[in-house]
Amino acid sequence: MKFKWILLALILFAAGMWAGRSLFPKVVSSIPAPTRVQFASQTDSTGAVVPLSNEILEVKDGGSILDAVKKANPGDLIRVYPGTYKETVYIDKDNISFQGIIIDGEWPILDGEKELNDAFLYSGNGIQIENFKIMNYKGNGIMGQAGNNFVIRNNWVIDAGVYGIFPEFGQNGLIEHNILTGIEDAAIYVGMCDNIDVRHNEVYGNVAGIEIENSRHALVENNYAHGNTGGILAFITPGLPIKTAYDIIIRNNFVVDNNHENFGAPGSIVSGIPPGTGIIIMAADEVTIENNIITGNNNTGIAITDLSMGANLSKDPESEPNPDRIVILDNYLEANGKNPVGELKILMKAKMLDRAPDIVAVGGGTGSCIRNRDRYNTYGLGDYGQCEVTDTKDITTFLLDKPVAPRQITMEEKGNLTFYGVCAGCHAYDVRMIGPPVNTIQAIYKDNPQGIADFIAAPTHKREGYPEMPPQNYLSEETRLAVANYMLKITQE
Amino acid sequence: MHGKVRYVLLVSLALIFSLLFFYFRQKPQEAFLSCNCPPGFQRTEDNRCISRNLYMQYTSLENSGVGGLKSALPEPRDGFSPQQIDLGRYLFFDPVLSKDGSVSCASCHNPNLGFADGRATSNGVGGVKQTRSAPSLWNVSYLKSFFWDARANTLEDQMEGPLYSPTEMATTREHLLNSLNGIERYKRLFAEAFPGRESDNISIDEVYTAIAAFESSLISLNSRYDQYAHGYAKALTENEIEGLNVFRSFVARCAECHTPPLFTNQQIAVIGVPEEDGKPFDPGAQVPYHDASMRGGFKVPSLRNIAKTAPYMHAGNFKTLREATEFYNLGRGHAVPKGEDLKLHWHIWEPNLTDEEIDRLVDFMKTLTDESFLPKTPSEVPSGLPVTIETQNPT
Repeated sequence: MKFKWILLALILFAAGMWAGRSLFPKVVSSIPAPTRVQFASQTDSTGAVVPLSNEILEVKDGGSILDAVKKANPGDLIRVYPGTYKETVYIDKDNISFQGIIIDGEWPILDGEKELNDAFLYSGNGIQIENFKIMNYKGNGIMGQAGNNFVIRNNWVIDAGVYGIFPEFGQNGLIEHNILTGIEDAAIYVGMCDNIDVRHNEVYGNVAGIEIENSRHALVENNYAHGNTGGILAFITPGLPIKTAYDIIIRNNFVVDNNHENFGAPGSIVSGIPPGTGIIIMAADEVTIENNIITGNNNTGIAITDLSMGANLSKDPESEPNPDRIVILDNYLEANGKNPVGELKILMKAKMLDRAPDIVAVGGGTGSCIRNRDRYNTYGLGDYGQCEVTDTKDITTFLLDKPVAPRQITMEEKGNLTFYGVCAGCHAYDVRMIGPPVNTIQAIYKDNPQGIADFIAAPTHKREGYPEMPPQNYLSEETRLAVANYMLKITQE
Repeated sequence: MHGKVRYVLLVSLALIFSLLFFYFRQKPQEAFLSCNCPPGFQRTEDNRCISRNLYMQYTSLENSGVGGLKSALPEPRDGFSPQQIDLGRYLFFDPVLSKDGSVSCASCHNPNLGFADGRATSNGVGGVKQTRSAPSLWNVSYLKSFFWDARANTLEDQMEGPLYSPTEMATTREHLLNSLNGIERYKRLFAEAFPGRESDNISIDEVYTAIAAFESSLISLNSRYDQYAHGYAKALTENEIEGLNVFRSFVARCAECHTPPLFTNQQIAVIGVPEEDGKPFDPGAQVPYHDASMRGGFKVPSLRNIAKTAPYMHAGNFKTLREATEFYNLGRGHAVPKGEDLKLHWHIWEPNLTDEEIDRLVDFMKTLTDESFLPKTPSEVPSGLPVTIETQNPT
């Protein structure tokens, strides 16, 4: 009886499905390609946005990403398809974008096989790198030296050496939606940078999760830092050429169970991080800690210290050692400090305590404050006042409204810098040095700057008693013409 | 009547013309100093030489003068007159600056040897051995501290060291000024380089300014590396680019302290280089800074023209560039003497570079050579003392 009803229900369902499919055919939605606008951060020498060159270079399994870089021009997008790429990709050009294409869950993988140093190494501005799986490198997953306006997004970085993602000397950069693990120093390391947002990343199983060092205007938001030795760090490290760290917001992060044994290299600064520390502020100034969920960090939830923590470092007379104007707004801290280690353990032992408080401040510093201090167990916050500010919601980003523009330079200035910086080694205005004087050249090439520009690219021996000029073809065409024009205008030196 | 007037007029005109002729013929002989700025500088309307180079197209973060390929240099020391620079050149090569007329600045900062002297440690008057090696003077215009232990902050402060050290040039202020003021040609040249001064006598500040002016004019920024940095990819070979990539990678970490574009971050670093057998440990920056945590610390030197300035490190501890490079690969603190507790720099670790990688690093460092703005060594100097500098590496 019951069986009959079930059979009837099935038949009705099947009929309904058939009727539905015929009446309402399935619409396969068309997904547009990722908007190219996102890759248009490039500027020309006047600072204005230039149109994309619209070149898309494709790299498929068995190919080389570096070869594509060598072919690429500023503004190009390099699309990398699933496959394993065993190479170091260095980018000494501006405005190159890399986009991994993920198909059926298969990612493009950069594998250093523990033999290669770095996966991506860039010096150019406007570099964007997204959707790569990077593993088994010895140095860094992604390292930048002085590139501004970068975006590093949605990458997996697994055991990629010393740092996972490491921009240095860069301004205006976004690091988001990356997952990093197994890094023996800082997984995301913002070193000597300005205007950086680090958000929506997951960092686990590293010595340091996220480190903001000797940098200014940094927002660390919505990240998940768990299972590291230390979760999130804001440091001044002495002995670096840029000495300050301030205007840093650590907000809305999960900082959970950062109790990993410290596996930092002997002598490295992070090798001194006590396991079980959620957030560490060392000597950095104007750090705001707001609305984080900080739980289960066995040493302590938030540690604020001066440079005496870096006992294994040489002093730097130019580094100000104290954390000043620290702002601790409302945070959720629970179950931290169950098992303090090192100096904190000794400190607590002296107070006959087995546990450490949620927030610990040691060493000097002035002008710091905490909101609703009674919510937490604290140590060393006696000097902290009540904060006047309640939140940082007015600050949504530290990224700049528009990309950092290159230094504005006219063609005349370019010609001037090239003439005095290069040509003046052999040519003076009216006396003979190694080559003929400029006024002689002016007489020959009057009104013909292109003639000079062409000649210096591939000189021929012209003058009795003078050495042959070496080719200046390393100067771009534009530079050669600029300096030719400049030379024709010089009236004295 | 008219004839007589005409005659007088003619004679006086002839007299005036002949006087003018001799005056102007006289003039060039007095104008002994160059009125042109050296290469790398542009002369301004008020007769100052202002630094000019291709790195001025760029910026650097926080105006720090460190960064990557296309980053600005630190602020240079410039603005001297061409005459001051040229006068400084004569002083630089003139042994009259030493106590016994045997040693000039150029004896240890020899333009033929990368403005160093090719020796592990330099020789002072009477051949007295120094304890440290002579650093190159290329690009000192950009430096903020001087001496291996960073104990001076200006070129003027620096030069007082060797001038008055009893084991180096061993002169005194009085002796130096007496010697210079006793040389008529110097008195004329100083008057030319420092117009509008109150006294006819040469002052010590003028001596310092002129030497600082010349030293600041030693610019080396046109190496093959620079051509690559400014955008010419073919300037370096595959091997050299590989070397550059090892150099800036975080395994070798060279660029963290030898940071472009100057190839120094101008910091003090304790790296734990071994002293030559039997030599006492050099405490370095600990002494001037009175800080034990800086024991064994030395200023990070620029690597520009490094291939020209063997041997290497603060006391010529390594003969070749390769040996100096290999030091960093042999393990953190491997050469620290027993009983020394040094705060070794955190970048000193065990990078485990392969032999090939070390070779590539050396290849790369050799691309930092550029002597296209080498100044002329004067054939004679105003004191009349012989200008004798070595043309070949003595070792």
